[in-house]
Amino acid sequence: MEILVEDVWKSYDSGRIEVLKGVTLRVEKGGIVALCGTSGCGKSTLLNVISGLEEVDRGLVRVAGRDVVDEPTRIELLRHRIGYVFQMHHLMPDLTLAENCMVPVIAAGGKRAEGLARLNELAEATGVARRLGQRVRELSGGERQRGALVRALMNDPEILLCDEPTGALDESNRGKVFDLLLELVRSRGRTLVLATHDPELAGRCDRIVRMRDGKTEGKGI
Amino acid sequence: MSLWRMVFTNLRRHRVRTAIGAAGIALGVATMLSVVGLLGGAVKMFERILQSDSEVVVFEKNVSDLFFSNVPVEVAGELEKQPFVKDARPVLFTIITAPGRPVVTCFGISPDDPRLKKGEWLQGSAADFTEQKNGVVLGERAADFLNAKAGGTIELGQGTYPVAGVLRMENGFENGGVFMPLGTCQREFHKEGLCSVVTVALADGHGSAEVKEWMGKNHKRLTALENEEFSRSYSQFKIMKTTAWVVGGCAFLLGGLSVTNTMILSVFGRIKELAIARVCGFSRGQVARMIFGESLLVSAIGTALGWALSVGGLHALRAVPQLQGYIDPRIGWMEVAGALSLAVFTALAGALYPAWYAANLKPAEALRFE
Repeated sequence: MEILVEDVWKSYDSGRIEVLKGVTLRVEKGGIVALCGTSGCGKSTLLNVISGLEEVDRGLVRVAGRDVVDEPTRIELLRHRIGYVFQMHHLMPDLTLAENCMVPVIAAGGKRAEGLARLNELAEATGVARRLGQRVRELSGGERQRGALVRALMNDPEILLCDEPTGALDESNRGKVFDLLLELVRSRGRTLVLATHDPELAGRCDRIVRMRDGKTEGKGI
Repeated sequence: MSLWRMVFTNLRRHRVRTAIGAAGIALGVATMLSVVGLLGGAVKMFERILQSDSEVVVFEKNVSDLFFSNVPVEVAGELEKQPFVKDARPVLFTIITAPGRPVVTCFGISPDDPRLKKGEWLQGSAADFTEQKNGVVLGERAADFLNAKAGGTIELGQGTYPVAGVLRMENGFENGGVFMPLGTCQREFHKEGLCSVVTVALADGHGSAEVKEWMGKNHKRLTALENEEFSRSYSQFKIMKTTAWVVGGCAFLLGGLSVTNTMILSVFGRIKELAIARVCGFSRGQVARMIFGESLLVSAIGTALGWALSVGGLHALRAVPQLQGYIDPRIGWMEVAGALSLAVFTALAGALYPAWYAANLKPAEALRFE
């Protein structure tokens, strides 16, 4: 099992706001799963819990065979096992696209030459190779989101977590970026967990897990 | 791109903020080096007065200031008879008043004192500087502000003295001072038979230890120190140097606050970026190193600017006629090392809270931050 979330509870404001109420989710290696539900149902929090960005109140989170319980594990997962794409690209506007994409390589202490080779390969695959030297502020919305996708894949993670990755794009870019995302994940045999409230995008995934009021329907299996 | 490149880029893209932080440090460094340079220069000038062609200074033990030291003039004569002494000169340091000038440095020296030979005689001659003629010699600046010329007279203290000559001296204290024949000076200040110090030039092949031993045996109330020992131990020099470092250090710490401010603004202004760095796998340590790196770089820029400012400022001050001879614009390696140490300390201390804050950001919360 690549991702195992079992009976996870998460609340904010000293327990006053409960967001996850006993969530369970299982994702096999290479699985492509859409988390669907209305805004505020806990999709983003569940992704944060899987990546270790949020600590759980109780329950089990196991990713790539490791229990996400401490800081070193979280950092190891984020450096090598998990790539994260957000609704907003969150690239640093004054850095070039290439510099932004090299941030995970710096974090992981990777070799520059290897990082650049991988950057070129991914940039070719996502169609932003000619934009690598541009500052982020000079890129279009679609290019920025492709750049964010490249950054997420720089350390060749086994799992890609995407939180509404096309939510901020227009109609034409939405389809293109999502096609690209699926192609990259499928061709490399990676695991994808996608949070979306777009039924059309969700329908193109292998499995849909519906969330409502902090719980997964059908036990997330 | 390395972590250092990220550090550099972060500073470059917020140029104004970086410049303000660096300016704070620069002003701190400039103030510190200038104050240390100015007071250090003054100390060096005073040292040179004592070190004029001599290696050892004899003065009264446990005096807080050389002006209060009383050494019998006969000691100079006794010393000159010793085989290890080439020359021993009594010098009486005093402060004298003149019309419109309540404080004028006065040196009571023997007429054949080598100081008079070192200066450039602008007016008059050494021949008129004798006990019998009672004439005084003025430094060029003193002659200027006392409006006196050779051949005229001048009121000093309780008496009126003929001006034997005007000398241009390299040393600011001497150039702005008055030289009196030793006997005349003793009478003026009721210090008959006494001087402040005896400066001793050693005979070839002899060392200061012989003078010290002789003093220990023959004049227990007096002490003999090598010039360097004297500079290190003289309490007035210590006070001046300590004051310089304290004033400079305070200026530096004020500059350090600007670094803290800059780094806090820098962290608060990019909370989402820092969160993304964490999402990309940056550890808390890496985030902290990045913030400390930025602070160190701001501090390094500020230190370089401050050093340039202080060197330029001291050279400019040296060009001011009233300050000529008082300022030594050389900044020694000790001062530079001190400023660098304070710069590193300031950078690290200034970045402590911002780095702690940045390292402990919760990425998920920070990404929701508006």
